[in-house]
Amino acid sequence: MPDALEVRGLEKRYGSTVALAGVDLKVGEGELVGLLGPNGAGKSTLVKIACGLVRASHGAATVQDAPAGSREARRRIGYLAELFRFPGWYSADELLQLHQRLSGSSGGAAERDELLELVELTDARSRRVEQMSKGMQQRLGLAQALIGAPPLLLLDEPTSALDPVGRRTVRTLLEELRSRGTSVLLNSHLLSEVELVCDRVAILLHGRLVAEGSPAELARARGIEIETEEGTQVFEGASREDAPRLVAELVAAGRRVYGVQVLTSTLEDTYLEAVGGETS
Amino acid sequence: MIAGYGLREALRRKVFVVVLLLTLGFLGLYWLANHYVFRDVENISPPAGIDPRPFAGAFLFGLAMFATLFLGVVLAIFLTLGVVRGDAERGLLQPLVVRPVGRSTLLVARWLGAVAVCAPYVCAVYAGAMVITGLTGHWWPDRIVVPGLELAAGVAIVAALSLLGSVFLTATANGIAVFMIFGAGLVAGLLGSIGHALNSHTLEHASKVAAWAIPFEALYQDGLRQITANTTGITGFLLQLGPFGGAYTGGPALRLWALAYLALVGLVAVAGFARKDL
Repeated sequence: MPDALEVRGLEKRYGSTVALAGVDLKVGEGELVGLLGPNGAGKSTLVKIACGLVRASHGAATVQDAPAGSREARRRIGYLAELFRFPGWYSADELLQLHQRLSGSSGGAAERDELLELVELTDARSRRVEQMSKGMQQRLGLAQALIGAPPLLLLDEPTSALDPVGRRTVRTLLEELRSRGTSVLLNSHLLSEVELVCDRVAILLHGRLVAEGSPAELARARGIEIETEEGTQVFEGASREDAPRLVAELVAAGRRVYGVQVLTSTLEDTYLEAVGGETS
Repeated sequence: MIAGYGLREALRRKVFVVVLLLTLGFLGLYWLANHYVFRDVENISPPAGIDPRPFAGAFLFGLAMFATLFLGVVLAIFLTLGVVRGDAERGLLQPLVVRPVGRSTLLVARWLGAVAVCAPYVCAVYAGAMVITGLTGHWWPDRIVVPGLELAAGVAIVAALSLLGSVFLTATANGIAVFMIFGAGLVAGLLGSIGHALNSHTLEHASKVAAWAIPFEALYQDGLRQITANTTGITGFLLQLGPFGGAYTGGPALRLWALAYLALVGLVAVAGFARKDL
């Protein structure tokens, strides 16, 4: 199977401003990839190129081998923009109906029912968009992106307007999508959210990819902390595999060991290290 | 489907309701004007050779055609001024553009949606004004169908220009630009009438150039000419000199050019939209 999304040497310039400066990225089938970076790092531009809203200056992006922006590629994606609005006069059900027709989905009422249930908007089926809270509109946006069960979902800050309960709903939804084999590129500022749900994380800075890997890979070992009768001692650079040896050595030296903790850097530490002082 | 989207937008955005109320107001005033003009026409003793009833009827109906064109243009502009850049800035466009339907289809369909609202509206107002003049003053235009269709076609061209502008300009700037083009067209038409009266070839030539550059005005002028196509003598001559006289003769070449113009505007708009980052 081809990758859900493949980006090679992607560049985008707006006049003299460089938004993307040669990015390579892949989102495999059924993979959930988080895209992190401060404001202006190029995250939204990358997502917009992937869904055909913006044309790349150089490089290429393909969706399951179809050039990004082509009709074939657009058939295979679901997209939720960071800043979006739906016409206020549509009800939730009417809006989904419109997008079903635009995307050629034959799911009918059953698909709309399922999607509204998935984003917990079943009771708001007949409510007009203009009568919905921002959070409800964002969940409706997610339902809209899922129409036609696209193999690749491009989500640009999908939880920015959601309260903690809404965020949990989206997390559950993303896990459900992964279990169905849907690939997701998730652009988010919420590191904890990305850490919890993503298989892989890519960090962008000034249009370049500065770090990439699974959350576990990025959350590197920082050392081992061992508590003895003399206090707490930190063995910097030691990994989990070193713990038994270190404890054995302390015990052999006549110390009493009360506790051992493997210290790892969080994704947040890695992120801050990668982007330096850039604000997010 | 997208045309239906535009149609619903027109009906739900209250633009249509506002225009409808304005139209009812206009038709009411127009009926009053007809009532008093034709009542007083009976007591007028015009110079020899002038038939007062056709003169008053054609003049009033020419005025109604101008008002109809204006109201149709207002409707067309407000329905289309923000279709691309305006909607993109509000975040309304992106969810539609990423669907497989395609940008060109989206643009053409939005134009069709606007035309589906504006053309029947223009035809209805045109017919309403004609019936008012006919029943009040017992005067009917020499040609009935073609002038109405030409007005509707003129509004369709303005809608296309507004859509084209929406690709490159913000909604406000586009609205101002299209209204200015509309105003320029009207001025060019009036200059043509004056040039015809003064037998000034320069003015007539300038007016003709403007008519080909923005053919909605030429269609309107041709429609005016058609309503008195069979009116001859001094009455016909005086009508042609007036602001609603229709001195300009368009004919089949104008209608063909209007079609080609629409296609050209459409092509430029589609090409511009295809290259636009959203």
